[in-house]
Amino acid sequence: MTTQNLLLILLAVTLVFGFGVVLIGRRSGARTSPKAVDDESLVAEVVAPIAPVNRWGKTAVAFAGILGGVRSRGGITNETWDDLEEALLKADVGIGVTDALLNGLRQRVKSKEIIDGDALLVALQNEMTARLDRTDRELNFAAVEEGRVNVWLFVGVNGVGKTTTIGKVSAQQAALGRSVVLAAGDTFRAAAAEQLETWASRSGAELVRGAEGGDPSSVIFDGVQRAAAKGFDLVLGDTAGRLQNKTNLMDELRKVRRIADRQPGQVTEVFLVIDATTGQNGLAQAREFTDAADVTAIVLTKLDGSAKGGIVFAIETEMGIPIKLVGLGETIEDLVPFNPAEFVHGLFAG
Amino acid sequence: MFDNLSNRFDGIFKRIRGKGRLTEADVDAVLQEIRTALLEADVNVTVVRNVVERIRQGAIGIESSKALDPSQQVIKLVNQELTSILGGETLKISYASRPPTVVLMAGLQGSGKTTNSAKLAKWFKSQGRHPLLVGADLQRPAAVEQLRTLGRQIDVPVFSEPGDPVTTATRGLAEARRLGKDVLIVDTAGRLAIDDEMMAQIRQISDQITPNYTFLVIDAMTGQDAVNVAQAFHNTLNIDGVILSKLDGDARGGAALSVKEVIGRPIAFASTGEKLDAFEQFHPDRMAGRILGMGDMLTLIEQAEQAFEKDKAEEAAAKLLDGDFTLDDFLEQMQSLKKMGPLGGLMGMMPGMPKELKNAKIGDDELKPVEAIIRSMTAAERRQPEIINGSRRQRIATGSGRSIAEVNRLVKQFGEMQKMMKRMGGMTTGKKGKRKMSSMAGLSGLGSPAVPGFGEAPGGDGGFTGFPPAR
Repeated sequence: MTTQNLLLILLAVTLVFGFGVVLIGRRSGARTSPKAVDDESLVAEVVAPIAPVNRWGKTAVAFAGILGGVRSRGGITNETWDDLEEALLKADVGIGVTDALLNGLRQRVKSKEIIDGDALLVALQNEMTARLDRTDRELNFAAVEEGRVNVWLFVGVNGVGKTTTIGKVSAQQAALGRSVVLAAGDTFRAAAAEQLETWASRSGAELVRGAEGGDPSSVIFDGVQRAAAKGFDLVLGDTAGRLQNKTNLMDELRKVRRIADRQPGQVTEVFLVIDATTGQNGLAQAREFTDAADVTAIVLTKLDGSAKGGIVFAIETEMGIPIKLVGLGETIEDLVPFNPAEFVHGLFAG
Repeated sequence: MFDNLSNRFDGIFKRIRGKGRLTEADVDAVLQEIRTALLEADVNVTVVRNVVERIRQGAIGIESSKALDPSQQVIKLVNQELTSILGGETLKISYASRPPTVVLMAGLQGSGKTTNSAKLAKWFKSQGRHPLLVGADLQRPAAVEQLRTLGRQIDVPVFSEPGDPVTTATRGLAEARRLGKDVLIVDTAGRLAIDDEMMAQIRQISDQITPNYTFLVIDAMTGQDAVNVAQAFHNTLNIDGVILSKLDGDARGGAALSVKEVIGRPIAFASTGEKLDAFEQFHPDRMAGRILGMGDMLTLIEQAEQAFEKDKAEEAAAKLLDGDFTLDDFLEQMQSLKKMGPLGGLMGMMPGMPKELKNAKIGDDELKPVEAIIRSMTAAERRQPEIINGSRRQRIATGSGRSIAEVNRLVKQFGEMQKMMKRMGGMTTGKKGKRKMSSMAGLSGLGSPAVPGFGEAPGGDGGFTGFPPAR
């Protein structure tokens, strides 16, 4: 207990408490005091509902073909920079990364290395592709010791497509000649195991499931033991979707990770599944899931929609977690290895 | 990674505080920060541009009024703008004169349609209605099974049959009539807005069952694409309201603002937890604060209200400000606070908290030694720490298992604390306090109930928020 901490605690407790109490007092006071009536009439004036006219209509036209503008303008003007910034932001790359990328290019424009809009756009794409130059995008199926099995875990927030991704990975791994056990570690969501069961039968994998509401760690461990006993190659462990700010659920995941790594299991991949529609919260997801489960790879799902998934650029370049798989559609073949150049090109398309 | 907006503003506002009028450069600097904050909250870039422009129009030439200095007025303006976009008309459910009232659920894959169908059914039940759920998601494996399980949990029947979603939905409607159900909720498969075939299919479902309400379910974590999704679904289905899902996460939820701005339809409900009753009507004023990162004061107040008994709290507040606040009261506060959740989380929710406090990682474990020391004191010592002498100190240290130095420190700093509180008590009843109270009254225009403390946060020139930062 340092002096500083003690003072902080005292301050914190008193402030939080005092603040809350005073506010409650004010609020309940305001309800009864006649003055509150005046205030409410004021509210009515100020917050007159803004008519839902189509504010969007104009702007929708305005940004059709941002990059067309960059090209047709020829030279590099302020508008060129604005257009590039807008394209990156709209792709969910994030304001921090966007600023960094464009500031780098500003130097090169200043030194006359780049002189027209077209070249600037190419330079930007090249720069981004170059930052995604990792060579470790192969799925890690390790040569494990005799008697042990590879375990791949799939983690992420709710609704990103973990179970579907497992189904597809299962089918692809089976096609490579590997025998697969699916462990239905999502014991929370109603019928999650049934969903996985459908995928198991489609891909010829074996399913291990537990009771609904049961302990996910034990389901995964059962899966590992079953695989080891029967000499299977690979266990794919599903986990329930969880929001990364739920401490107890993240602790549960920590335990799943630990148990899965216990003999005869050996965790060789932990996939964080991220939905392409995800915005800036994706970084918080990557940070917290990595903290709890040592994420080794990113799977970007639903890239076949209108969303660009630019947040994974920030995740890979800032946190050093490689993007390994991309989901481009409903079929098994639509889950493909990540390709940096295509991804970057896609960020600017349409 | 998100800098709290009020922290960001600190620097700018320090510079412009006390000025009678904002220059264009001041406004630009503030707007730049607001823009960044909105973008980090995932508000669509085009929407951000429009919003910032509207704020600029209002902000230029702002003069300080009696109640607010210019910086407070800018914040007020921003909050007003966001609240009015998010709020405006609210969705009032009116039931069909010829039941059932039909509700169609639409959205992307994984946005939370199935869960929210069940939550909505539970909500209708709580309104005294008798809903029937229809599982028309025949695409995702076991989606209907999921709905059936949820239906059992909330005791609402579920209708579904394999085959064609349009037929299932239509027959579901007939089934609702047959069973005399007064609300029908049709869950559909997730679909991409650019999937023409699937969009045509949901249009067909809509044409067949002619819903009274079509809800679009949007994930609070959605990024820039939210506008495209909302626009596409609105064009196809004419959305009546939005359900914002997964709002219990830590995403700032700028998508809500984007969607509201683009389709102009109210955000009707927010899903705030995994339990089926974690579903509530949407509060625009809270969302505005959240998007801005100004802290969710109302949540804090609610938690406080739950944790504290009101009379006790008022009594303690009075004591606090009068300076008659004893270690016993302090101990009691710590207990109440523990009920409110982790201290770190609470601090984050309070706007205007000194940065040093907000960033300090105070684990609940760190409260333990403090508690132990106080508990080792006699009633008299807790009332009057001044009487603690050498032998008492020794006894307290032994009893609590802490060192004498630690006991000393606690007693000394508690004394300083009391003095500070007394000073603040004087302030809120003195001249400065009056000014503050009147500024609160002005700020109640921020939405009802007002976001208390909003305006005073950046000012930090008095009252609780002006507490000197820890060293």
